[in-house]
Amino acid sequence: MKTLFKSILALFALSVITVGCVDNSSKKGALGNSAAEKVYVAPGEHDEFYAFVSGGFSGQLAVYGLPSGRLFKVIPVFSVDAEKAYGFNEETKPMLNTSHGFIPWDDSHHPDISQTNGELDGRYVFINGNNTPRIAKIDLTTFETTEIIEVPNSAGNHSSSFVTENTEYVVAGTRFSVPYPQRDMPISEYKGNFKGALTFISVAPEDGAMDIKFQIMMPGFDYDLSHPGRGDSHGWFFFTTYNTEEAHSLLEVNASQNDKDFIAAINWKKIEEYVNNGGGTKAPANYAHNVYDEHSHTATSTMKKEVTVVNPLDVPGAIYFMPTPKSPHGCDVDPTGEYIVGNGKLAAELTIHSFSKMIKAIEDKNFDGDAYGIPILSYEATLAGSVKQPGLGPLHTEFDGKGNAYTTFFISSEVVKWKLGTWEVIDRKPTYYSVGHLMIPGGNSRKPFGKYVLAMNKITKDRYLPTGPEVTQSAQLYDITGEKMELLLDFPTIGEPHYAAGIPADLLKPNSKKFYKLDENKHEYAIRSEAEAKVVRDGKEVHVYMTMIRSHFAPDNIEGVQVGDKVYFHVTNLEQDYDVPHGVSMIGANTSELLIMPGQTETFIWEPKQVGVWPFYCTDFCSALHQEMQGYVRVSPKGSKVPISYTLDDDAVDSE
Amino acid sequence: MIVGSLLLLGLFVFPLWNITLEAPQYPTPLGMDIHIDKFTDTHEFDIKNINLMNHYVGMQYIPETIPEFKIFPIAIGIMVALGVLIGFTGRYKLFIVWFVVMSLMGIAGMYDFYLWEYDYGHNLDPKAIMQFKNPDGSVMGFQPPLFGTKDILNFTAHSYPRTGAYFMFAGMMLTVVAFFVGKKEVKK
Repeated sequence: MKTLFKSILALFALSVITVGCVDNSSKKGALGNSAAEKVYVAPGEHDEFYAFVSGGFSGQLAVYGLPSGRLFKVIPVFSVDAEKAYGFNEETKPMLNTSHGFIPWDDSHHPDISQTNGELDGRYVFINGNNTPRIAKIDLTTFETTEIIEVPNSAGNHSSSFVTENTEYVVAGTRFSVPYPQRDMPISEYKGNFKGALTFISVAPEDGAMDIKFQIMMPGFDYDLSHPGRGDSHGWFFFTTYNTEEAHSLLEVNASQNDKDFIAAINWKKIEEYVNNGGGTKAPANYAHNVYDEHSHTATSTMKKEVTVVNPLDVPGAIYFMPTPKSPHGCDVDPTGEYIVGNGKLAAELTIHSFSKMIKAIEDKNFDGDAYGIPILSYEATLAGSVKQPGLGPLHTEFDGKGNAYTTFFISSEVVKWKLGTWEVIDRKPTYYSVGHLMIPGGNSRKPFGKYVLAMNKITKDRYLPTGPEVTQSAQLYDITGEKMELLLDFPTIGEPHYAAGIPADLLKPNSKKFYKLDENKHEYAIRSEAEAKVVRDGKEVHVYMTMIRSHFAPDNIEGVQVGDKVYFHVTNLEQDYDVPHGVSMIGANTSELLIMPGQTETFIWEPKQVGVWPFYCTDFCSALHQEMQGYVRVSPKGSKVPISYTLDDDAVDSE
Repeated sequence: MIVGSLLLLGLFVFPLWNITLEAPQYPTPLGMDIHIDKFTDTHEFDIKNINLMNHYVGMQYIPETIPEFKIFPIAIGIMVALGVLIGFTGRYKLFIVWFVVMSLMGIAGMYDFYLWEYDYGHNLDPKAIMQFKNPDGSVMGFQPPLFGTKDILNFTAHSYPRTGAYFMFAGMMLTVVAFFVGKKEVKK
């Protein structure tokens, strides 16, 4: 019995060893090109690409690494963010000012990275606010929103925010047409009376300052998406339209009647020249222009009162319509600038126009009538080809720079790879589920980095651990270096990812700021040392000039504050080292914490309502003595005789 | 001899010594260059950040300036001038005298540096936030090494000569060579 047991044991051991061996060898072979290995970024290593993924109805912009899919930062853009005090502190409140007042939210859609000579230059990323039309600019040295401009006469700012080849313009088109000028009128009189504004916002080459150069008042269609020409087609901009029926109700039916809608081709260089020569009408308007200054760490909001409006009929030869089946959504231009893809979301085929054929059709006056005086080019004359039976519900197309295009199909839930020129389908891979946009780094440029495509899904259903009725949206990463695509990774995203913009990490990493220099701090209430700390009463207002450094506030004991006062905490972080922010929060303050970067000053307001001694503390674990980083404010009754005093270690702070 | 003593002028341009502190939280180490007339940051704000670290264990701030910064440049200047003068006289015995004087000054300088380091590492604030004891119960000091590498709590401290010092050593060696060459020529 013993022997039997032993021999069984021996056999078992042997089998374990052999199985182990087999396992090892097979694993090695598989690991050589496994999806896991392709997305594995070892601890301490960096990703190859940054991906800026729109937050959709979160209003923000998320920064991920590719291929790992790791989330690095959520940049607050159009929505308040208590974590970073964006829209809560006094400095950033003006960023969210509009002609409708302070708006704490928007729906962010299409990030696009600035370009020089048609290639990504990594200076800025732009993104559109869809609901209350705005364009934001994020500085890629600080990864902070530094400018937001409101777009007047627009509604549903969706065919935005795409940049031209040298970032001459960032373009914003209206999805919903509206009365121009806005007025009290019956909705049923939409047809012929509503207008669709296409807005060209100039970007100053030196500092990126945005300014509305002109608005083209187009017929009252829905302008869905757009992309710039490049190469030979540089100087043109292309917009898809739907609802050329000009329906004002039950659009799902009434805006889906025409066989073909249009791609509007806009020769913006021609219109720019017209405007530069005094063309256009200076029309009254009211829109906010909000700028954050990196040195004063403070935003200002200015209401602008005028905009240059261009009537398309006043610039003959600048605007044409290309008929495109059917309710086209994405409007995508290939890296050479020759092909313009109209992703007809209700069409059976994918339609591709040729830029050179378009120019010839214009020269030949090969027109098929006009719409509100704008020539309609003959469909056959501009058609380069079509992809047959590509899938159901095409939405967006990106390019790998190697002659291939990749299109998402919402209804059939897949990414399809096809060849430019031959229009043949090469591969199709499912997405999970209902894909919207897709992104290849540098996809909206002459030079895409065709290594990965990121598909962004609207629905995930069963793909992740369930989290109640609301589940995450997702992105999926495919390797596109081979003939066939390979699904590598599936990761959750914030809000709803619409478009994304990707860029090689090496183009951004060296420019990323480490901290702000204290001696360049131009904040109105900045102080540069503890000796300058003070508390000043000005009627009912009390201004606290406070500093923070590991691991204390100065002052940390304040007396003489009274119920009913409005206490401004102007807090400067004196640190000058990488990654040493401090936070501050006050019990009962009706606002968020402040999260202050080294060398930066921020302000929050506290209106004490109760007598007592109330603590404040550092909210960011800054150091070994973080828990000791705290202080007290004594609040006396209204009219109390307790004088203002402020100390650190029971000494007046300025006694050092 | 002239070239040798002129090489000392390198001290006015390049740092003499460097102290670098490495720790896991500082992937870019903190560093301080010591010149004959000033302390400088290896990377901007390093000294400020060294001070911030050191205040936890009660060490004093690295001063903006020290009296030595006034004396050293004058002493080096005089030695350069003397060296050049001696060089012109060509009296080789004076060469070795110059070298010995310079060496003594160097040793004095190092001793002075050691004293400062000792004080810096041992003269701690009695209210220090963190107080560490050696296994024998004595108060732990944080003196950086005079020369070499040493672990101090979570930091690894490196203390090594820099370009200026190499210029000085090379110059001093040249004066010795000059001495022997001079001696040989006289014998001939």
